[in-house]
Amino acid sequence: MSNTKYILAHFDDPDEMMYGIDKLQENNISIYDVFTPMPIHGIEAKLGIKRSRLPIAAFCFGITGTFTAISMIYYMLVYDWPMNIGGKPAFAMPNFVPITFEVTVLFCSFGMVFTFLFANHLFPGRAPRVMDLRATNDRFVIAIDPTENPYPDKINDLLKEAGAVEILHNERKYVSYE
Amino acid sequence: MSSHHESILREPLITGDNITYSKITNDILVPVENKPNKAWWIGFIIASLGALMWVFSVGYTFWFGIGAWGLNKTVGWAWDITGFVWWVGIGHAGTLISAVLLLFRQNWRNSINRSAEAMTIFAVICAATYVGAHMGRVWLAYWALPLPNQFGSLWVNFNSPLVWDVFAISTYFSVSLLFWYTGLLPDIATIRDRATGLRRRVYSILSFGWNGSVKTWQRFEAVSLILAGVSTPLVLSVHTIVSMDFATSVIPGWHTTIFPPYFVAGAIFSGFAMVQTLLLIARKVMNFENYITMFHIESMNKIIMLTGSIVGVAYLTELFIAWYSVSEYEQYAFLNRVSGPYWWAYWTMMTCNVISPQLFWFKKIRTSIAASWVLSIVVNIGMWFERFVIIVTSLHRDYIPSSWAMFYPSVIDVTLFIGSIGVFFTLFLLFLRFLPAIAMAEVKLLVKSSSHQEKKQLIREDKVSKEEAEYYLESLNTYDSVPESDRELAKI
Repeated sequence: MSNTKYILAHFDDPDEMMYGIDKLQENNISIYDVFTPMPIHGIEAKLGIKRSRLPIAAFCFGITGTFTAISMIYYMLVYDWPMNIGGKPAFAMPNFVPITFEVTVLFCSFGMVFTFLFANHLFPGRAPRVMDLRATNDRFVIAIDPTENPYPDKINDLLKEAGAVEILHNERKYVSYE
Repeated sequence: MSSHHESILREPLITGDNITYSKITNDILVPVENKPNKAWWIGFIIASLGALMWVFSVGYTFWFGIGAWGLNKTVGWAWDITGFVWWVGIGHAGTLISAVLLLFRQNWRNSINRSAEAMTIFAVICAATYVGAHMGRVWLAYWALPLPNQFGSLWVNFNSPLVWDVFAISTYFSVSLLFWYTGLLPDIATIRDRATGLRRRVYSILSFGWNGSVKTWQRFEAVSLILAGVSTPLVLSVHTIVSMDFATSVIPGWHTTIFPPYFVAGAIFSGFAMVQTLLLIARKVMNFENYITMFHIESMNKIIMLTGSIVGVAYLTELFIAWYSVSEYEQYAFLNRVSGPYWWAYWTMMTCNVISPQLFWFKKIRTSIAASWVLSIVVNIGMWFERFVIIVTSLHRDYIPSSWAMFYPSVIDVTLFIGSIGVFFTLFLLFLRFLPAIAMAEVKLLVKSSSHQEKKQLIREDKVSKEEAEYYLESLNTYDSVPESDRELAKI
């Protein structure tokens, strides 16, 4: 067979792409990934992608921030150097709420975004692993791994039927970016 | 699903014919992918001259100290804190648009959030420089941080709203930056994939290697939603804390419990006015009429009207409570505010903030671009005066009449303020030049659900009732971006 590394089906309409996914799945053709210029709602369920666990991470980072702030303030103002301010208790919890809240938000946001970047392998200077340059512009691209689905003609027919505007049999996985 | 059509009765969020995904990319990237035009250069030169003036004024202040300003023993806070609160307030609209409107699923935010968030960041930068400058010895600014020090481990006082402010403003700035940049990643990737040579390299680094796979988008949406969720209370807390700089003091005119909600409403008010000021020009100069439509302008005007009214109620409540308190210091502070030597500032504030936004009750004014722009400037002026009135009139006549004084700004006060506007516009113009001013990925989401062309298609295919179609077409009468022929049922 050919040296095709990936089959890319271009759609210019998200609904036709969704229909294309349905068609492929009906014929037991596995989909490697889908690249789109915008989020497609409902695609996760179709492709059987699990719910993101980022909210859990966000909560954990947030609660870490809460405890960090409270313990920092407690250590500094109550334990290490309690001040007598008009005889009021040193542990003035209501006054500590604003900073505790800010630090919670700070930890939660930064922790979550860095987790997001880490999970998606995104960082400044990373060579973009892009399969098709138009996938960030106006094309909705389904990528199919031909080693798992060795019937290129059948795939071609199916995709054409679903409304693909272009079908590429690429010999490289990623568009080169040197 | 993207095929979900929204009700025909809703106004379209995208107008124009032949709107395709690639047309959106092309339209929005025109200023980024081409050499800037004359208007941009003129604006940039003026703004950067302003920024230079700011550099000079800040340098002068650092060299000679706070004495460079017109402060005196009685009025120890004036234009510096006025400028600080004004800028922070302006910043709030960006977060409101990107976070609160996202939580409320207001789709019209999609085409204005990016530039509003940029505005937030630049406004907070301007605000932060005032905080730095008014410390006097800015090289000791780190004393505000809870660091172990050589003075016997005396920590910063966490009971003080000024320390809360340090945490609030720095958290707000960094979280806003994070929110903005995360949202930019897919759009930077779009620029990268269309560019060549050095541009591609630069945008490639900036894009962090974004590729738009399913999992990336899924996590991206989760991140956006949670960031919106935490930014919403954050933005409210920030201006609450700013107001507590005043409210927890013992100065009559400052120590009122109404300050937090009143300041937050004022911040949204002035922020939306600034968004309006910027976007009305940007949409014209950059030909974004199809994406920032009359519906966006009108919606923002409605928010300006609402928050302006809240601010008005707050002003009146303050006066009432001063009278009702039977505290003569409080009563005098407000009597002096209304009719003392600064009466003109008070009544400028009242006119600009309370009376002028009420003009937006008239649909004609609300949907007139010229009127909206002029009123947005009026609101900006009014909100500056609000902070000036609160700060200076509460201070200039204190408890001992022998120390009563007036505040006269020095040249440096004035140049610092005008210069900060220059800094703001320099940054904003650079943003328009190098980054997409409209969130392309988010606008693309609306093409199939809320664009005029889709709704027209529905009417053509007789999928909606005649009354509904007529109602819809009538709502387009105020749109400057929809041609006459597109508003008549017979011609569609």
